[in-house]
Amino acid sequence: MADASGPRAVVAGHAGFASGIVSAVGKIAGRPEVFIAVSNEGLDLGGVEQAIRGALDAHGARVIFTDLPAGSCTMAARRLARLDPSIAIVTGVTVTTLLDFALGDGVSEPDLQRAAARGRESITVVPASGGHGAA
Amino acid sequence: MPLEHFRIDDRLVHGQVVVGWGQPLQLRFIVLVDDGVASNDWERELYRMGTPPEMELLVETVDSAVARMPEFTARTDAGMLLTADVATMGRLTAAAPAIRDVTIGGLHHRPGRAACLSYVYLSDDEAAGLGAIAARGVRIAAQDLPASSPMPLDDLLRERGA
Repeated sequence: MADASGPRAVVAGHAGFASGIVSAVGKIAGRPEVFIAVSNEGLDLGGVEQAIRGALDAHGARVIFTDLPAGSCTMAARRLARLDPSIAIVTGVTVTTLLDFALGDGVSEPDLQRAAARGRESITVVPASGGHGAA
Repeated sequence: MPLEHFRIDDRLVHGQVVVGWGQPLQLRFIVLVDDGVASNDWERELYRMGTPPEMELLVETVDSAVARMPEFTARTDAGMLLTADVATMGRLTAAAPAIRDVTIGGLHHRPGRAACLSYVYLSDDEAAGLGAIAARGVRIAAQDLPASSPMPLDDLLRERGA
């Protein structure tokens, strides 16, 4: 069981992605302690799996956010979730997704669905005012 | 461009493969050759879920990949063949002379391996295995992404000894 005041989720991604996005969430929401950042840098698939498992077990967290749906972190997370059905995964994570999760206090599926939806909704295109693509 | 890319990568299907190479080369199929994955329904499904919808994933044993090699190389769309280790690629190249070039995309740190590049570590057995593949006339180079400079096997082994 995760400590309510400690980490509730692992953020795993390529290179410095996880530490960067967790740092950004900390600056915006002031709650960096909600997440543990894990990088896949220099690790094979087994190594990524071990790193995420270690981070989960150290804090009793059961939620994994990953960057790329087809990436090695997601593959490793899926393997872990197969062995432990209490683990949930959210892929394609954005700052907005993590902010929603950090500012809430839940780890239930509705909490994760809401955070994921916030992330999707935050991606918008502001067209160039100079009329790129205009006839 | 048919099946021209033969890659050793211990992560198999992952971001560098489906995005880094997949998008610029417009890969339309991936042949994943691994006896363990091919014999495990759950593992096959895991890699299928990691493959973008525009790419076909074919999971083969070494034997079935060799048998189907003429079919794969006759395709006109772009493809990549993946193995997770040197030994599997060694068995393939011994039985499938169509393979003339092999790229090492990622063999990461593990006890018993020595560093060649940040993404290539080799054990003595793996270095010897690559030498045996090269002795068949196969060109071998390390290259993680299309924009990276390929490093030929001889240079790679020199880095390992340095």
